[in-house]
Amino acid sequence: MAETTGMNITQSKRPLPEGVKLPIYMDNHATTPLDPRVLEAMMPYFTHIFGNAASRNHSFGWEAEQGVEKAREQIARLIGATAKEIVFTSGATESTNLAIKGVAEMYRERGNHIITQVTEHKATLDTCKRLEKSGFRVTFLPVMADGLIDLEDLKRAMDDQTILVSIMYANNEIGVIQPIPEIGKLCHEKGVLFHCDAVQAVGKIPVNVLSDNIDLMSISGHKIYGPKGVGALYVRRRNPRVQLAEQINGGGHERGMRSGTLNVPGIVGMGKACEICMEEMESEAKRDKELRDHLMNRLVSTLDYVRVNGNMEHHLPGNLNISFIYVEGESLLMGINDVAVSSGSACTSATLEPSYVLKALGLGDDVAHSSIRFGIGRFNTRAEVDFVADKIIDVVQKLRELSPLYEMVKEGIDLTKIEWAAH
Amino acid sequence: MAYSEKVVDHYEHPRNVGTLDKSSPEVGTGLVGAPECGDVMRLQIKVNPETQVIEDAKFKTFGCGSAIASSSLATEWVKGKTVSEALTISNTDIVKELSLPPVKIHCSVLAEDAIRAAIGDWKTKNGVGSEAAAAVAVG
Repeated sequence: MAETTGMNITQSKRPLPEGVKLPIYMDNHATTPLDPRVLEAMMPYFTHIFGNAASRNHSFGWEAEQGVEKAREQIARLIGATAKEIVFTSGATESTNLAIKGVAEMYRERGNHIITQVTEHKATLDTCKRLEKSGFRVTFLPVMADGLIDLEDLKRAMDDQTILVSIMYANNEIGVIQPIPEIGKLCHEKGVLFHCDAVQAVGKIPVNVLSDNIDLMSISGHKIYGPKGVGALYVRRRNPRVQLAEQINGGGHERGMRSGTLNVPGIVGMGKACEICMEEMESEAKRDKELRDHLMNRLVSTLDYVRVNGNMEHHLPGNLNISFIYVEGESLLMGINDVAVSSGSACTSATLEPSYVLKALGLGDDVAHSSIRFGIGRFNTRAEVDFVADKIIDVVQKLRELSPLYEMVKEGIDLTKIEWAAH
Repeated sequence: MAYSEKVVDHYEHPRNVGTLDKSSPEVGTGLVGAPECGDVMRLQIKVNPETQVIEDAKFKTFGCGSAIASSSLATEWVKGKTVSEALTISNTDIVKELSLPPVKIHCSVLAEDAIRAAIGDWKTKNGVGSEAAAAVAVG
């Protein structure tokens, strides 16, 4: 008889290590903290430089415009574009809506077929589903078990009606990096436009719209230690020159592609954030990857029944998506409540459906329910990573003592042979 | 994702975690839920053959904090009750006690199912169900 008395899941007797302050933020794919240097660059634009960047006939407007144009340059430089190819938006979801709907509407006479893939962000998937309702044909490509798309699938899906391919650079849940230059090359060979949601990639790994053959690219401010509420869409001006049907009317800002008074402090912040990424990306990526690998190695070497999700060769430096099989993700999060990470379990959602991204890799719902996403970023330390590893190991072991599945597997029972009553 | 104090308490200090010998005639085992739904509960009871009082109860649960709390509470509640008293425990009692939000009601349903399944298993083992049925037939 196994009995666990005096069990205590969350509390640890270990004292807090030096340099670790709770709570720890390790969910940098959801959002990133604002870099203090970015805040400093933004501050004047909240106070004395308050002009409307569209005011052409006084210094207040000119000063604001100067800030905006500098940011446009900073962003363009990070991605190998020219300043005129940057259109500011309220965020990457808007950028993606503008790119996909804008192309669909503008090129409708040339064709009505759009290709995307199943693990895209909802901004892309929902936009494509909306277009399906208005008569567009959308192909949702599958992914392979490692999360990458098969280029042969893409080739086969293209036909003479295809006007747009929209594939993300790096996935927000499992961190895998798609073969973007090859996808772009295929598109250009067929005369198809290529939109790339590069929200998780820009600033973290080298992205270059020219060598990557990208025509439209969505970028966000708050994923790169910049402010929320600001994003950009790269719109290629040469070879080919991309045209978009505007989705927001009124005033003709941003060369008619996106009307509305510009969010000057946000834009200035996003520009500064890009400048910092440009300077520090190489060393930061190396550091994030070391921390990520350290976390992964500690978890994998200590715990059994652990599965690392997504191709680890083509992978974002700070991302780790890992399944602690026989432990339900939400209960694990509850046990590490002073560490902010995300779960692949969606136990609180109305549908009780686990992550569609993990399911697309072929993971069973039970494994998807057991998955945690770690997003290591600029401000995480090695001491924090060690603290998180200790804590996860502790809680997973305790929850497995509580797990009937773990006990059954340990006894040699094949769980797939049991007739479960799905509820 | 704010849990009620009682859910947190059961999660942090789960009562009656463990395993009873499922081959014992005094033990009834209920295994409910499914791994792909993210909840599996195993609740076991040890019944005194003379008095039909549940003398011990143990559980193990794979599931969210509310599922763990619901099953932990269920073991507390069935202990000391007779089998027929235990059958009166309903999921709404569990919802109330733990202040479960609407999205977590299924956890309480599962805990009720686990109690019923454990009692059902014990009855099958001890032929209690058929005796009762026979009594009805005679009456």
